[in-house]
Amino acid sequence: MSAEVRHMKTAAELALAETYAAAKQKLPGKGPLAVLREDAFRHFEAQGLPHRRVEEWKYTDLRALMRDLKPLASPPDASAKARAKTAGKIIGDVECRRLMFVDGAFASELSDVTPETGLAIASMNQALAKGDALVGTHVGKVIESKDAAVALNTALMGDGAVIRIAAGASIARPLHLIFVATGGKPASMFTRSLIVIEKGARAMLIESHEYAGAGSGDYQVNAALELVVGDEAHVDHVKIIAEGAGALHVSSLMASIGARARYNDFSFSIGGAVVRNQLFLRFDGEDTVAGIRGVCLLKGRQHADTTLVLDHSAKGCQSRELFKSVLDGESRGIFQGKIIVRPHAQKTDGKMMTQALLLSDTAEADNKPELEIFADDVQCGHGATAGALDEDLLFYLKARGIPPKEAEALLIQAFIGEAVEGIEHAGLREVLMEAAVAWLKARA
Amino acid sequence: MPAVQETVDQVRLIDVDQYKYGFVTDIESEKAPKGLSEDTVRFISAKKNEPAWMLDWRLEAYRRWLTMREPVWARVDYPKIDYQDYYYYAAPKRNALASLDEVDPEILKTYEKLGIPLREQEMLAGVVRPEGERRIAVDAVFDSVSVATTFKEELKKSGVIFMPISEALREHPDMVKKYLGTVVPVTDNFFATLNSAVFSDGSFVYVPPGVRCPMELSTYFRMNEKNTGQFERTLIIADKGSYVSYLEGCTAPMRDENQLHAAVVELVALDDAEIKYSTVQNWYPGDANGKGGIYNFVTKRGDCRGDRSKISWTQVETGSAITWKYPSCILRGDNSQGEFYSIAISNGRQQVDSGTKMLHLGKNTSSRIISKGIAAGRSNNTYRGLVSAHRKAAGARNFTNCDSLLIGDKCGAHTVPYIEAKNASAVFEHEATTSKISEDMLFYCRQRGMSAEEAVALVVNGFVKDVLQQLPMEFAVEAQKLISISLEGSVG
Repeated sequence: MSAEVRHMKTAAELALAETYAAAKQKLPGKGPLAVLREDAFRHFEAQGLPHRRVEEWKYTDLRALMRDLKPLASPPDASAKARAKTAGKIIGDVECRRLMFVDGAFASELSDVTPETGLAIASMNQALAKGDALVGTHVGKVIESKDAAVALNTALMGDGAVIRIAAGASIARPLHLIFVATGGKPASMFTRSLIVIEKGARAMLIESHEYAGAGSGDYQVNAALELVVGDEAHVDHVKIIAEGAGALHVSSLMASIGARARYNDFSFSIGGAVVRNQLFLRFDGEDTVAGIRGVCLLKGRQHADTTLVLDHSAKGCQSRELFKSVLDGESRGIFQGKIIVRPHAQKTDGKMMTQALLLSDTAEADNKPELEIFADDVQCGHGATAGALDEDLLFYLKARGIPPKEAEALLIQAFIGEAVEGIEHAGLREVLMEAAVAWLKARA
Repeated sequence: MPAVQETVDQVRLIDVDQYKYGFVTDIESEKAPKGLSEDTVRFISAKKNEPAWMLDWRLEAYRRWLTMREPVWARVDYPKIDYQDYYYYAAPKRNALASLDEVDPEILKTYEKLGIPLREQEMLAGVVRPEGERRIAVDAVFDSVSVATTFKEELKKSGVIFMPISEALREHPDMVKKYLGTVVPVTDNFFATLNSAVFSDGSFVYVPPGVRCPMELSTYFRMNEKNTGQFERTLIIADKGSYVSYLEGCTAPMRDENQLHAAVVELVALDDAEIKYSTVQNWYPGDANGKGGIYNFVTKRGDCRGDRSKISWTQVETGSAITWKYPSCILRGDNSQGEFYSIAISNGRQQVDSGTKMLHLGKNTSSRIISKGIAAGRSNNTYRGLVSAHRKAAGARNFTNCDSLLIGDKCGAHTVPYIEAKNASAVFEHEATTSKISEDMLFYCRQRGMSAEEAVALVVNGFVKDVLQQLPMEFAVEAQKLISISLEGSVG
């Protein structure tokens, strides 16, 4: 889309090319998988790191924000694994099956891999190396994406989870995928996961990206998850981004959702210096109901961008989107949401709402809610608001003897509560609200 | 129940005469050599007897334009334009006239046919008009030149300057120099820069401090000549405490080639001034298969330079094959206000990418955007808008409502708003909906004996009412008629 002359390659782009050239022989996967990597890298190389003239990355100029490339993370040693044990606390005592990825590599000894009927778990590294059929069928194919960050992930994907939930199975405990950076030295991680949930299955997925090292952490994460939700399946997906204060985090969800399914998605973004959370979802079957929500809590000079593309490709699907961001300090919160309704996707019902709460005059909220509609018998709408806390409400609370900071905290809790309520799991709802309260306390 | 004869007649009438302004006026005209070069720019400047600084200004713009590329971000798709294939200047042979009587009768006939009164006496005489009825002063632009401007003398009495911009460049060069290019800089964008180099005619309006312009001002643009581009430039300055309402209309003959229209409109409102700018855009939209039609690439921007100033844009967009137009407000003065009311109707294979920008810079500025898009046939209709509050724009407020209506399943309606808040005290609200005309509503109307066409027209009129109310009376009537014509053929 850019009409300008191609820039000189940046240091990070040069480093990516070098790193890819040096690593491609060692990266897992042969034959078609190696071709997939190569094509992805060529695709990335042709466009370079996304910059502000690329419409989809208008507000997150990765070329400027990613000055260099950290070296690819080396496999975790004993001390890294010891530090990693502290990760996952953000969800408190919610009973889960933990799957631990330390510095981008699957750590089976820290994970719960006890067998369960209908559940198959493998590491992406091994699945790629073996040329696993599931991986061959789906990786890089769930959603055709032209996105540069996704291409980069495909080119350099190392490890991650490969999970298959059999038709009709109901997985008792939520699966908690913990991606933890341990911060021994500067590093970059390219994890790729594939989760296939077959017809009529029920599962809850929690994905958390955390930091378990000292200081703010000097690392880069490019994580991608491909998710296939079968017909009539019922799936919850919660992503928690709680990276270290120095981290650059880019993650992409690519999901294809079948007919008559129920899909519930929630993103909680609280950490990281620069965060780009991309969601590409497509309804491939009729009459599916989906809720996609998110909360962003930002302070200091944090930058967080949530970009959602929701493709109504089938008839009669209903989607509700609600994204809230609370912006303090000099932070910048971005929401870009696009609802596409294809010509044959009649009777679509889509509603998108995005709200930003600015707590300081130096914070910035950018909203771009888009509708792209090609079918005439649809109901689609979006709303966007930006503003400060309501003075009248604050006054009301203060008049009842509640101290100003507490009054503010109460109103902010109510503000984000509306989105958090969309999470079906009560325990998770509670711990995330607690995390939000802790964030508010730290602010005061 | 068969349709009543009256309905059938009415439908047949619009059927054979869908675009009723598509006639060609057969008139000899003088043209610049085809194509664009420095010589073309010099030719235009010389034709208009412009001061030297104006030529330099144009040449600078031309050189700049050569380094620019055509923007491609809008949701419009058209074959590459060959800028050397147009005439950049075309004027009816007999111009520079002392009075209306000298105007070529063919041109007068053209305007008569279009329903634009050019003779002041006809306005005064003729039918008995009710006391106090508003009159309209008209500047008629035919291809590249203004052929007549009415009520000039009467306007002069109240100090209002209303004349073609080429005349203003000769008579009030200082004033033009002071304001020209200050709202839309020469380097603003590809089409604005092109316009700066080759602009031909347009209107110049200056309303002195404290004056409420005694009548509506209007410009009527007519593109007649084949293969020409029209590049008008309008500059309106409302000095402190003044008020002016300005209307703009445009039509063109039906031709198989695409014609280019790249206009620039600049509005400046000083302290406490108000400008109301209304457009009914009805350029030839091309035929049902997308052949022909006007490429309408327009840069319109208003600068609320003074405190408590107000600029209001109202537009009804029914014509053009391609519309690329974003009338904007720069809310620089404290407590200034910007408004944008728009109805964009696309039919056939029309492509519309239109919207507005509200840039809040001053304190306690407010803006309001009401946009209604209606897509029918195989058209694509996009609303694209930006609302932004600068760091220092404390107390900025915006309300945006953009609704789209789809008629048929071959068209597309899109909404692309950008909302950027850099100030905590800014309050922005945006809402948008897209839907089809409800079957229930249509059924209700049909049940009461309306034809399908009438029912759709009624529902659509209700849908766009918010915007139509903002139009001056004379235009509202025309706009309403236009809406029913544009929608012809979209039912069934």
